[in-house]
Amino acid sequence: MENLLEVQHLVKYFPISAGGFFRRRYKSCQAVDDISFTVPKGSCFGLAGESGSGKSTLAKLLLLLEQATRGSILFEGRDVRHFRSRSDLLWYRSRLQTVFQDAGSSLSPRMRIQDIVSEPLEVHNQKQLSLSQIHARAEEVLHDVGLGANILTRYPHELSGGQKQRVAIARAIILEPAMVILDEPVSALDVSVRAQILNLLADLQEKHNLTYLIIAHDLAVLQQITTRIAVMYLGQIVEIGNTPAVFSQPTHPYTQALLAAMPVPDPRHIKRVSALSGEIGNPIDPPPGCRFHPRCPQAGAECKTRLPVLYEVSPGHEVACSLTEAGQWKS
Amino acid sequence: MKSGGVKTEISRGSLNRYRIEVARIGQWLTRLPFIPIICLLPLFVFGIFGPLLYLHDPHAPNLLIAMQSPAWMAGGNWAYPLGTDQVGRDLLTRLIEGARSSLIVAIFGVLFSGLLGIFLGILAGFAGGKTDNFIMRIVDTFMAIPQIFLMLIIAAALRRAGILGLTPIIIAIAISMWVPYARMVRGETLSLKQREFVALARVTGCSSRRIMLKHIFPGVINIIVVMATTQLGGAIMAEAGMSFLGVGVQPPNTAWGLMISESNKYITSGAWWIPTFAGILITITILGSNLLGDWLRDALDPRTRQAMKKIKRN
Amino acid sequence: MNNPDKPLLSVENLKTYFYTNAGIVKAVDGVSFYVRPGEALGLAGESGCGKSITCHSILRLLPKPAGRIVSGKILFEGVDLVTQPESRMRQWRGKEISMILQDPLMALNPVYTIGNQVAESFQLDKVARKSLQQKVIDVLKSVKIPSVEERLNTYPFQFSGGMRQRTCAAIAISRYPKLLIADEPTTSLDVTIQDQFIKLLKEIQQRHHMALILVTHDLGLVAESCDRVAIMYAGRIVETGSVLRVFENPAHPYTRALMQAIPRLGQKNKRLFQIEGEPPNPANLPPGCYFHPRCHQAMEHCKQEYPPEIPIQGDGYAACWRYHKEEA
Repeated sequence: MENLLEVQHLVKYFPISAGGFFRRRYKSCQAVDDISFTVPKGSCFGLAGESGSGKSTLAKLLLLLEQATRGSILFEGRDVRHFRSRSDLLWYRSRLQTVFQDAGSSLSPRMRIQDIVSEPLEVHNQKQLSLSQIHARAEEVLHDVGLGANILTRYPHELSGGQKQRVAIARAIILEPAMVILDEPVSALDVSVRAQILNLLADLQEKHNLTYLIIAHDLAVLQQITTRIAVMYLGQIVEIGNTPAVFSQPTHPYTQALLAAMPVPDPRHIKRVSALSGEIGNPIDPPPGCRFHPRCPQAGAECKTRLPVLYEVSPGHEVACSLTEAGQWKS
Repeated sequence: MKSGGVKTEISRGSLNRYRIEVARIGQWLTRLPFIPIICLLPLFVFGIFGPLLYLHDPHAPNLLIAMQSPAWMAGGNWAYPLGTDQVGRDLLTRLIEGARSSLIVAIFGVLFSGLLGIFLGILAGFAGGKTDNFIMRIVDTFMAIPQIFLMLIIAAALRRAGILGLTPIIIAIAISMWVPYARMVRGETLSLKQREFVALARVTGCSSRRIMLKHIFPGVINIIVVMATTQLGGAIMAEAGMSFLGVGVQPPNTAWGLMISESNKYITSGAWWIPTFAGILITITILGSNLLGDWLRDALDPRTRQAMKKIKRN
Repeated sequence: MNNPDKPLLSVENLKTYFYTNAGIVKAVDGVSFYVRPGEALGLAGESGCGKSITCHSILRLLPKPAGRIVSGKILFEGVDLVTQPESRMRQWRGKEISMILQDPLMALNPVYTIGNQVAESFQLDKVARKSLQQKVIDVLKSVKIPSVEERLNTYPFQFSGGMRQRTCAAIAISRYPKLLIADEPTTSLDVTIQDQFIKLLKEIQQRHHMALILVTHDLGLVAESCDRVAIMYAGRIVETGSVLRVFENPAHPYTRALMQAIPRLGQKNKRLFQIEGEPPNPANLPPGCYFHPRCHQAMEHCKQEYPPEIPIQGDGYAACWRYHKEEA
């Protein structure tokens, strides 16, 4: 299967002013630190992690909302980071779209739904459609996401959370992109509405041949819809593999802790792993060596000084931890 | 997809639809703020319908009846309800004529200063960096100059250069009153720029120009409208000041400010009505514009707007 | 309304309405539940169901003049809190009943140090100056804040989210209240931090024999930390009972649908079970049972009259016509 998206050694450091009166000192916030992964066409790739993991920054880098410090992003084989011409950028924008977490703030509050959904077509209009044709297409897409034509003239604040998220999805797919990046698509929604949206996303993926990159902190959601998943901690991927493999054999201590920490709606379930100690590290001053070592229940002496690299523990399943069999140190 | 709630059935028949529309308009009318509207009526009604309302010729002097008192006082008569001025022209008619100049100056002054301020404000806020710095230094410069001083110089210079009529006043107002708009719009633009819908627009591929026009500008309209209504009063005051000092409206045309300046010496010497009514009209107009601005601010603020309108049904 | 052996808190038919220019919003419309001493009750439901307002009503912290307790009783150790004057309520708040709010950044004052803010709650009890600092250190240690002595002079913004929430917990338990209400305390926290915090909360609860009302939309949290649960929908409780019974044998169709619709770890379905429609607008509630437009088992009667609370297996109740004897 060809790879739609290939990310290689992507790095993003933010310079943070660290005080100093006469000569400004700068520290760097190592938000994304050497990330590599591939997303095959037609798959659903999940990014799991908590705050500080860099998953949101990674999304912004892929969407070219932030400039990466180093590394490459190959989309459909083309190096996207070095696009300069407007037509190249517009091509990328038409092939890769996004849905943000909070539909309430990602929909323009003073635009009507019809205009919000039509806007991508108005900007990209390759087939030179007339305005009424564009609006007809918007209505079609809204129907696809389960909304009726009666909301075309409404404003976002008049819709419920679920409806707003559907509008955001409609806007993302109207250009028939190859890939959609979904940043926490259901965490801001009511529990009873989440299932509707997740089912809708699965249906749309099948119907329109989409590829998804889903960012979420809720592992149950990721297990439900992704085919491949990467777990991030403090800007690095600690474990990556096909979803069934990672969930049945979580190998990295952080993955294990994350899975164990999730609340289970079953009163008879007893948590086997005790809660992780300590706070999530600070990307401005990450711990030396393995970034997880201050909280890791299995940390050894070497973990404090040397950074482990991703090592394959089974086909397609890689883990960055010295404790995995024949774990490799970054030399 | 069903949503909970009983749907209101719109009855068939165009008669019923008509009734509902009338009821809706009626409801909307009851929520309007009456006091500001009444205060602003003289300016607008007189300004728009002026010549139709003249009781007498506003320009023809008639020294026989000069300085006649208002109708309800001794020596007055109802043909000249508010009395006559120092050369015998009917005061009420002069006030009506003056409203027109004041209205034109206020509307166009606010319009042009607003457009200039909005344009520079959005540009500064959105572009950031050097453009922002440059525009803000210009703003600082303008703020350092006293407003009335600036207006005087510009109006006088333009008149000297031969530009006639109300244009110098309008240009003077535009150039000296754009700064508050720019600063406010820039602030709002800076905060809107961070919002997710701007990021989404960029991901969609929208050009900066499109984002500024379609996403940022509608977001600043509210505060601009509020500021513009308040500035309406400011513009009238500016015009009054300029006319008072001689660089505004020129005789025989009149404006309220000019009427005061021509006749303020009469306040103590008996014919107090000549400057006073003009002064009252200026005052209530500025009051009305400020009150309207306050009401609009509450009406357009989404948080208080919820309290003023019915909760929309899904 | 079951009121077994001396509950600590007993809410009877509480109604809290909001009077707005747009009409009356019936945020809480007839809610009854009880909490025994030392017991943990989960108050679960989606956004807009009225669970937060219920808690604010208990502490009489409603925004005036819009919010008002219209009727009902809130009996705390036998005393009806609804009728108490504000001066008496002030003596109870913090001392007998305390609350942890959702967003610790908003709950803490940004211009006072952590030490100062925790000390403030002790000062209400007129603690001697000398022992004040020690008491502050002790309570902060009890919520497992590391290096307390050095941290007394830090400001809230210097703390992480988890530590801030723990500071709020310290403030809440400093006077050993008999009842602690936690209003969505972990919504703003990361999963691993949430786990730590909930364990801490349980520890505190057991150590001080405190009753706990945990307000949340996350049924997983309820399952792991509560003894009993009340499920709220559109301002009313639709089901209540022991956590074991409700999770294994949910009676109310809404509870049953919720249990099925949550994505669960270890269970991957082809398609998630979904509940149609959306939670109703509190200003525009459907007639009869509020859940009937979305209920797969709705009957004619459901559209006409709101169902009564029907006891289920001697363990709580469900407000559903299906369990009414004549309808079965």
